[in-house]
Amino acid sequence: MKLDSKIPEGPIGEKWTKHKFKLKLVNPANRRKYDIIVVGTGLAGSSAAASLGEMGYNVKAFCFQDSPRRAHSIAAQGGINSAKNYRNDGDSVYRLFYDTVKGGDYRAREANVHRLAEVSVNIIDQCVAQGVPFAREYGGLLDNRSFGGAQVARTFYARGQTGQQLLLGAYSALERQVNEGTVKQYTRHEMLDVVTVDGVARGIVTRDLVTGEIESHSAHAVLLCTGGYGNVFYLSTNAQGCNVTAAWRAHKKGALFGNPCFTQIHPTCIPVSGDHQSKLTLMSESLRNDGRVWVPAKVGDKRLASEIPESERDYFLERKYPSFGNLVPRDVASRNAKEMCDLGKGVGASGLAVYLDFADSIKRLGEDAVRAKYGNLFDMYAQITGENPYKTPMRIYPAVHYTMGGLWVDYNLSTTVKGLYALGEANFSDHGANRLGASALMQGLADGYFVIPSTLSDYLAEIGPKAIDATHPAFAEAVKAVKDRTNKFLAINGTKTANEYHKELGKIMWEYCGMARNEAGLKKAQKMIQELRADFWKNLKVTGEAGELNTTLERAGRVADFLELGELMVVDALNRNESCGGHFREEYQTDENEAQRDDDNYAYVAAWEYKGDNQPEELHKEALVFENVKLTQRSYK
Amino acid sequence: MAGHMNITLKVWRQKNANTKGKLVSYDAKDVSPDMSFLEMIDEVNEVLIKKGEEAIAFDHDCREGICGMCSMVIDGRPHGPKEGITTCQLHMRSFKDGDTITIEPWRAKGFPVVKDLVVDRSAFDRIIQAGGYISVNTGVTIDANAIAISKQDSDKAFDAATCIGCGACVAACKNASAMLFLSAKVSQLSLLPQGHPERKSRVENMLQQMEDEGFGNCSNTGACSVECPKEISQEHIARLNREFIAAKASSENV
Amino acid sequence: MNWFISAVSSSVGKKIMMALTGLFLCSFLVVHLIGNLQLLNLDLGLSFNTYANFMSHNPVIQTISKGNFIIIIAHALIALFLTRQNAAARPIGYQVNKGSKNSTWSSRNMGLLGTILLVFIAVHLYHFWWAVHYGGSIPSREYLTDHGDLSSYTDLYQAVWFAFSNPYIVAFYVFSMIAMGYHLYHGFASAFQSLGLNHVKYNFFIRAVGFLFYFVIPALYAYIPLKIYFLTCSSSCSH
Repeated sequence: MKLDSKIPEGPIGEKWTKHKFKLKLVNPANRRKYDIIVVGTGLAGSSAAASLGEMGYNVKAFCFQDSPRRAHSIAAQGGINSAKNYRNDGDSVYRLFYDTVKGGDYRAREANVHRLAEVSVNIIDQCVAQGVPFAREYGGLLDNRSFGGAQVARTFYARGQTGQQLLLGAYSALERQVNEGTVKQYTRHEMLDVVTVDGVARGIVTRDLVTGEIESHSAHAVLLCTGGYGNVFYLSTNAQGCNVTAAWRAHKKGALFGNPCFTQIHPTCIPVSGDHQSKLTLMSESLRNDGRVWVPAKVGDKRLASEIPESERDYFLERKYPSFGNLVPRDVASRNAKEMCDLGKGVGASGLAVYLDFADSIKRLGEDAVRAKYGNLFDMYAQITGENPYKTPMRIYPAVHYTMGGLWVDYNLSTTVKGLYALGEANFSDHGANRLGASALMQGLADGYFVIPSTLSDYLAEIGPKAIDATHPAFAEAVKAVKDRTNKFLAINGTKTANEYHKELGKIMWEYCGMARNEAGLKKAQKMIQELRADFWKNLKVTGEAGELNTTLERAGRVADFLELGELMVVDALNRNESCGGHFREEYQTDENEAQRDDDNYAYVAAWEYKGDNQPEELHKEALVFENVKLTQRSYK
Repeated sequence: MAGHMNITLKVWRQKNANTKGKLVSYDAKDVSPDMSFLEMIDEVNEVLIKKGEEAIAFDHDCREGICGMCSMVIDGRPHGPKEGITTCQLHMRSFKDGDTITIEPWRAKGFPVVKDLVVDRSAFDRIIQAGGYISVNTGVTIDANAIAISKQDSDKAFDAATCIGCGACVAACKNASAMLFLSAKVSQLSLLPQGHPERKSRVENMLQQMEDEGFGNCSNTGACSVECPKEISQEHIARLNREFIAAKASSENV
Repeated sequence: MNWFISAVSSSVGKKIMMALTGLFLCSFLVVHLIGNLQLLNLDLGLSFNTYANFMSHNPVIQTISKGNFIIIIAHALIALFLTRQNAAARPIGYQVNKGSKNSTWSSRNMGLLGTILLVFIAVHLYHFWWAVHYGGSIPSREYLTDHGDLSSYTDLYQAVWFAFSNPYIVAFYVFSMIAMGYHLYHGFASAFQSLGLNHVKYNFFIRAVGFLFYFVIPALYAYIPLKIYFLTCSSSCSH
C-alpha cells in the first residue's frame, strides 16, 4: 500500500483555495439521492452532520449517548484559537500555523495545519451567528485570552465552558436539520463495524443499546467522528463512554492507524485518591499562572505541607527552568512531576502528587482576588478532595487528556478505505506529537463545518448517486460477525469483570507507555498486554442478555478493542526511536533531559496496517516535508 | 484507609419500559468517603456482576458535571442533597456510616423509564428541534465582531446557556414541568440579537412541543432552580412568559 | 380567534389566567376589607349597614360582584384543570420526596389551600350573602340620617356580631384566613412571575406589597371575628 496524502501543489497559503476550486461538486438537486452516515456527535460530528444536512444530503447521525449534546467535546474548558487578530498583537493565519506546527514538535503535516489556521477565522463567525455566548468586553465586542505555546491572545472563550457552548451551537444546528428532515438522529446506538464492499465503505453495523438489536445501515460515505482513545489508560480526563471501538473496527477493515503512541498528558489534574477511582478531573492550565509547584527537598518527607519550612522545599520547575518557571509546556511540566515522584518526593497518601501552592499569591493579591480568578476551580477541588485549597496547597498529578494519534487520513480527511472518513480527534490530526491548548475545539469544528463539506462532495460526485445495495451479502456477514462477537462475550462466563481487565490494562499502559517510555519497558508491556488479552477471552464475565440495555456488555466490547489498540500503541512507541512532544523515550534525551528528536530518521507519520488477529501490524511511512517551518530544538530554560 | 462506611442502598430496579419496577436493597460495603457517588455504585455493580446478577443500569458519562447524562433522585432530591452539582460530582463524604439511601429515576411522563435508573430524555431533543436554534447555515460571512452585544445581555444569555439538559428541573418540579429547560434556551436566544428574527415562532413552537411531550405546567414553586446543577434562575422563566405574551399578541400566526 | 384560544389554553396562557384572576381577587380583598373594618365601629352598625346596603344595591357594584363570582369560579376551574394535567405529567411518583428542601410548603400546596378557601367562601356566602338576599331572616334597623330622614337597612351588622359570638365560627374564620395568608404567600408573587414581571429593580416592591397581602390583610380579616368574639364574650360575661 502506498500512502498518498494528496497534498495540493502550490504555495502553502494557496493550497486550500486552489484545492477547493478543483474539487468536484454535487448538483443541489442530486444531493438528496446520497446517504451519508456520521458516527459520533461531538464538535466534528455534529458540525459535519448539520452542514451536510443543510447542503441537502440525507444524513444519519449516530451517537451512543442519549442525546447528541452529551458528546465529550462538552467538557473542554479553556477556549478555541482563531487567527482573528482582534487584539492587534501581531497574530495572523501564518503565525497560528507556525505555532501549531512548532507546538506539535514538527510531527504534523504543514498543509493541513495551514488550512486549519485559515478556517479558524470562519469558525468564530459561524459560532457567533449561531448564538454561542462567547465572553465579551464592556464595549460589546469579543474578548480574548492567551494560552500556552503562543505569544498572542487569540483564544476565544465562554467562561470555563467553551466546549459546551460550541457543542450546543453545533447541536442546535443539527437539531434544526432533524426538524427539516435532512438528518435522522439515532441516539443510544453504538457503531460496532464498518461494512465494506470490494474495499469501499458502504455502511455500518450498529447495536441499539436499548433493545440490543444489531442493525446495518447503508450509505454512500461513512464519517467517523468518534473522538480519541485516552481511555485505553483506564484513568483519564475522558468521559466514561469514550472508546476506540468505531476507529478500531475501521482499522481492522483496512483503515491505517496513524501515530497511535502520541498521547497528551496534562500536568494539572486532581490526583488519584484510591483504587475505586473511575476518572480524573482536569484543573485548568491557567492555575499555573499563580500557583507554585513544589515537593519536599528530602526524599520520603511525610510531614504536612505547612510543617515543611521554605528552605526544605524544592520548587523544581522554577529551579530547572528559570525563564519559563511554572509555565513550561504541558509535556515538560508533566514529565518533571513524574520524575519527582519517581525519586520518592511525591506528596499525599499515594506519593503520586506534587503541590501546587497558592500561598504566595494569596499573600500578594489577597484571598478575594484569588477567589475571583479561580473560585470555581477551587470549589471543584474542594468538592472532590474534601480539602480547602485556600489553606493547604493543592495536590496535582498529570493525567491522560488527549490523543494526537488516530486514523490516518489524507488531505481530504479520507482514510485508506475509500468512502470512509475520519474527523476531529478520531483522525491522526493536525497536532503532530503535542497539541496546543485551545486547538482541539478548533480542529473538530474546522473538519466538520469547513473541510468535509468540500472534500466529501468531490468523492460523492465521483461515485455517483446510484443507490447503495443494502441487500449485498457483505451487510448480512457484518451483522452476523457482530452478533457472534456479542454472544461470545456472554458465553465466556468466567470470573473477572471487563472493568477489572480495563484497570489492569490501564496500569500497564500508564507504567510503560505513559509519560516516559523505554525499550525494555515497552517490550515487557507488549507481552503483558498479550497475556492479559488472552486471559480476557478466557475468563471474562458478562451478565445480562444481548437483547436488552446491558451496560456490562457494552463495556466488554470496548475493553476488548482497547486490549488490541494498547498493543499497537506500545509497538508504535517502540518503533519511534526518538523523543518528540508527548512521546518521551528515556533513551533519547538531551544532556538537559529534554526530548531529543531524530528528524533524519523519524520525520514521518507512522501509519499501521492491520494484518489479522495476533499478527504484527505493518508499518507504512508518510514522510513529513517541511517547506515553510524550520525545525529547531525547543528550549524553555 | 480510615473512615470507611457501610451503606444500605434502596435502588429502583425495572427490567424495561414494559415491566413494573420496585426498590431493591443492596449493601455497599467499605465505602471510602473519597469515592464519588457513582464510583460507589460502580463498586456495587462489580459485586453484582461477580455474583452473576445484572448490574444496576444508570446513565453517566463525563463524570465532571457538564455532560448532563447522570440523573438520579437520591433520597428524594434530584442529584442528591447538595446544591449546584450533578450526581457525578456528589461524593460519599456527604453521607455517613450506616445511612440508608434511596435511589430513584427521574419521574415524569415525558421521561419514561428505559431500565432501572435510565430514562428516555429524547423529549428534550424534540423541544430543541421545535425551535431551539438560530437558522443560519454553515458558511456565515458576517464578521463575529460586526454586532456588538452588551456585556450584560451577553452574560445573561450565558447564564441561561449553561443548561446541561439533565432534566433535574423536571424531576424536581411537583408538576413535572420542563419550563426551566425551555426557558433557558428561549431566554438565551431572545437576549442575543442573532436570535431576534425567530423569537416569536421559537417561543410558540417550543412551548407547544413541551406540552405535546406531556410535561406539566409551571406553578412557580422554584424547585427547579434550587435543584438545577447550574443554578439557572427563575428570571428566565419570567422572560419566557414575556416572550410568549409578546409573541401571541403580535405574531401573525392566527 | 384561534390564536387567542390557543394562547389562553396553552401552558403559559393558563397560568397567566391564574395570575390575572388571582390579582383581581386580591383587589377585591382590599375593597371588602375596608367595608368589613366598619364592623368594628361601635355605632350600632350605621356605617357598616350603610356600606352593605350600598354594595348590595348599587348597579355598578352588583355587576362587579357578579363578575367576581365568575372570576372565583374561573380561578378554581383553571386550577382544577391545571392540577389534573400536572398530576398526569407524573404518573408514578417518588417513594421518597424531599420537596421541603427546594420549595416552600405553600407553593406545593396551593390546591389544598385553594380548596380550603373555596369551602370558606361557600360557608361565608351562606352565612351572610344568602341570608341577606334569600334568607329573609335578618331584621331591618332604622337610622336617622344627617338630613333628619329615617333610613331602614337590613341589619347585617347585628347578624355578623351574632355569628361571631360563636367560637366555632370564629375559629373557622381565623383558620381560613391563615390558609389565605399561605395561599397569597406564594400566589401574590407568583402572579407577577407568571406575567413575566421578575426584575431586579421591582422585585423588592412585589415582595413588600406581597407582605401586605399575605400577612397584613389576612391578619386584619382574622382580627375582626376575634375582636367581635372577645367583645361579645366580655359583655356577656360581665352580666
